[in-house]
Amino acid sequence: MKTWVTPGGVHPPENKHQSLTMPIGTLPLPEKLIIPLSQHIGVPANPCVQIGETVLKGQKIAEASGPLSVPMHAPTSGTVSAIEHRPIAHSSGMLSPCIEITPDGREQWIEHRGIDDFQHASSSALLKTISEAGIAGMGGAGFPTAVKLNAGHQRPINTLIVNATECEPYITADDSAIRERAQEIVQGISILSHILSNPSTILIGIEDNKPEAIAALKPHVEDTGIQVVSFPTKYPSGGEKQLVYILTGQEIPSGKLPADIGMLCVNIGTTFAIKRAVVDGEPLISRVTTMTGDACGINRNYETLIGTPVSHMLANSAFDEKACSRLVMGGPMMGFSLTSAEVPIVKTTNCILAPSFQEIPEDEPAQACIRCGMCAEACPVSLLPQQLFWYSQAKDYERLEAHNLFDCIECGACSYVCPSNIPLVQHYRHSKGEIQKARAEKIKSDHARERFEFHQQRIEQAEKDKEAKRTARREAAEKAKATAANNRETSAPGSAADIIAAAQARAAAKKISPEQQRAKFERSIAGAEMRVSMAEEKLAEADPNRTQEQENILHAAVESARQKLDQARLRLAEHNKAHHGEQVD
Amino acid sequence: MAFKQITSPHAHAAQSTSKVMQLVIWATIPGLIALTVHFGWGSLINVILATITSVIAEAVIIKLRNRPVDFYLQDYSAVVTAVLLGLALPPLVAWWVVVIGSLFSIVVAKQLYGGLGYNPFNPAMVGYVVLLISFPIQMTTWVTPLALLPEAVSHPGLLESLQIVFAGVSPADGVTGATPLDSFKYADGLLVDQIYAQDPLFSQAGIAGVGWEWVNIGFLLGGLILLGSKTFTWHGPIAMLATIALMSALFWDGGSSNSPGSPLMHLFSGASMMGAFFIMTDPVSSAVSNRGRLIYGALIGLLVYVIRAWGTYPDAVAFAVLLANFAAPFIDNYSLPRTYGHTDRRRATEKEEG
Repeated sequence: MKTWVTPGGVHPPENKHQSLTMPIGTLPLPEKLIIPLSQHIGVPANPCVQIGETVLKGQKIAEASGPLSVPMHAPTSGTVSAIEHRPIAHSSGMLSPCIEITPDGREQWIEHRGIDDFQHASSSALLKTISEAGIAGMGGAGFPTAVKLNAGHQRPINTLIVNATECEPYITADDSAIRERAQEIVQGISILSHILSNPSTILIGIEDNKPEAIAALKPHVEDTGIQVVSFPTKYPSGGEKQLVYILTGQEIPSGKLPADIGMLCVNIGTTFAIKRAVVDGEPLISRVTTMTGDACGINRNYETLIGTPVSHMLANSAFDEKACSRLVMGGPMMGFSLTSAEVPIVKTTNCILAPSFQEIPEDEPAQACIRCGMCAEACPVSLLPQQLFWYSQAKDYERLEAHNLFDCIECGACSYVCPSNIPLVQHYRHSKGEIQKARAEKIKSDHARERFEFHQQRIEQAEKDKEAKRTARREAAEKAKATAANNRETSAPGSAADIIAAAQARAAAKKISPEQQRAKFERSIAGAEMRVSMAEEKLAEADPNRTQEQENILHAAVESARQKLDQARLRLAEHNKAHHGEQVD
Repeated sequence: MAFKQITSPHAHAAQSTSKVMQLVIWATIPGLIALTVHFGWGSLINVILATITSVIAEAVIIKLRNRPVDFYLQDYSAVVTAVLLGLALPPLVAWWVVVIGSLFSIVVAKQLYGGLGYNPFNPAMVGYVVLLISFPIQMTTWVTPLALLPEAVSHPGLLESLQIVFAGVSPADGVTGATPLDSFKYADGLLVDQIYAQDPLFSQAGIAGVGWEWVNIGFLLGGLILLGSKTFTWHGPIAMLATIALMSALFWDGGSSNSPGSPLMHLFSGASMMGAFFIMTDPVSSAVSNRGRLIYGALIGLLVYVIRAWGTYPDAVAFAVLLANFAAPFIDNYSLPRTYGHTDRRRATEKEEG
């Protein structure tokens, strides 16, 4: 079958033979298993077990929380011994919530059964099974598989691509899994095909440096419509974008997904997990992980329980810490260094690399960039890494975006060939982070500005409304005045006496009667009396240990209440005097 | 157990900048041998003197800039600049010319701009042009090729050469003479066939000019070694040479008295091959993308021919390269490759929407 050639790429020493001398092995149970709640893109899963609770192998211990989350399952039977933050395998060395399980050694499975005849099961039922099994892309990104398939399900997928490229040096997890489990893998692909309503083309992309794996797949794909396509070995052919181009000659448009051009890519390890989930009803609790590097006496692949501490793997692989130049999770091109071996293996861990100083020496100090262009020749997506480096140093984000920084897949081919040992990828990661931060801040400040402008507008509007009302009132008043003036002019022209009379009449109308006035004074006297008695009570009841100051305040209160009472009585007396005659009358 | 935090990729190819530079130096040897065979010891003396001056100048400046001297000298870039300048200078030129040129290349053209990687102009060519403008007589006096020396005259021996260079002793009559490009420039009124017939530089030559053709073949050979080792891509050199060939074919003018010379003469004369494979390929001061280097190379080729044919200087590689250095950042803005997943190539000056 025709394949296409990507630009650039590099040929680092493959170093795959070391870990392929033995079949996939198993490790003894570790003392503790640490299951991070976030092994995937998306929100961490929600623990659904308590500390001290006994769990069975395959029992769900954390629920998916949110659409991009997947559940976690106990990799073996035992007791939940801790739910807390632990260091996990992350390039930042950060802590993350984990469930710790102390195995009981019995490996007792929870009751489980698969779907007998998946060919007659509905896509949604199968997707639910895959989702419940906690399967997230095992190639590295950890994208929840059911979500990916569902998205694919909603758009027509005509090409299903199974990624068995494994282009990173050293890693042989997929290679060995295919050699030993080809039948189950093909079964997994059939399930995928069924879910995606049988896409017209199904391709397994694999580099030509894995003849045994290709031979193992061949008999199982006969009459299934699945094609095994091998192509020349070159790093990074296993990148999703690269593989799509190699197999189909089409490019995924920048910023789009393969599904946008009717394709879907799945890692071959994931297809095996899907088979296990659907046919056997087993959730994803283990995966094949390569243990390799010259600092380990034993190089081989292990079927590793999720949550196994890296230190446990090392301890069982004749590891020599002094000989180890660095500890890498993943391959030598894109893997990230671990600062501690206590971190656990997760669903995306395809390799633990413990190289010697001869294999991967300490980094040389970086020299000046002479813009030799070797990086541009190596770049698989046709960027100009030397320019990106230049503009990264200058923090010229506009230029960086114009040079398509965000199309960089961080494969490391440029850094690999750089004769000046410049850690180019690190510069790009940093710049990407800065640009994303700037973008987020811009969105935030845009929001703030909009809010502020809206606020301003509202205030202005309110002012305008008020002003309008004021104007209306003023106009009304002026109008009324004018009318009144007119009336006066017509009815009583210029009589001052009339005006005074009218004013007196209005005052008389307003005046309350002396009886009402007296009642008012009497009410205020009653109120004042009450306040005096309350103040006196307070003084009597107050704390015997009161301070002089407190006592003064209380006394003053009583005094002022009495004065007010006196004033009220006085006013009543004056009133009575003044209206005495009236009363008599 | 605690391990180092180191960023990916962890694997590195064995290539290093100092190895690249050393390879460039080795690749000049065929050209240097050709120069020495045909023009005597002068070029070798130039190269050695320039190297000593340059390395000392580089070390002093690095020291003044408070940088680790060992680390920066190890990149061999000063040696490359010195070797190229030494090869470009006329053999048997006075020592102070070489020293001034080297100092100017390293101190002004390179270190004052920030050192390796930051110089916008090719340092060796800056040194060369400064000398050419300042000391035109010394810089245009070339040694006569071995085959054309008058009878009973030979190239000065090593000791005599040193005396000429350092003590200002005059070389014997006939030891210096015109170059093929000079002959064409100053042979007004003659048909090309007449020049070829009269001037022993051509009448005794194979393809371009006595001695010179071998020097150019030497640099071509070295250049092919560098091309084979992927030190640079073919784009720049081929574009430059193709443009020179194309221009000289276009303006060949049937070999009339106005003809500036044949494509073969232009390709294998003067500094054509050295310029194409050793000068314009300096990555620091050239355009960066392959497409950009095609344009950059073509521009140099064009300028070389224009100056040779219609300018006042017989050769023009240094001027052409410096002028193209000016243009390189501009070329870079409009010669980005098309990135995966994009339908079109972009401009470097493009701004994000919104």
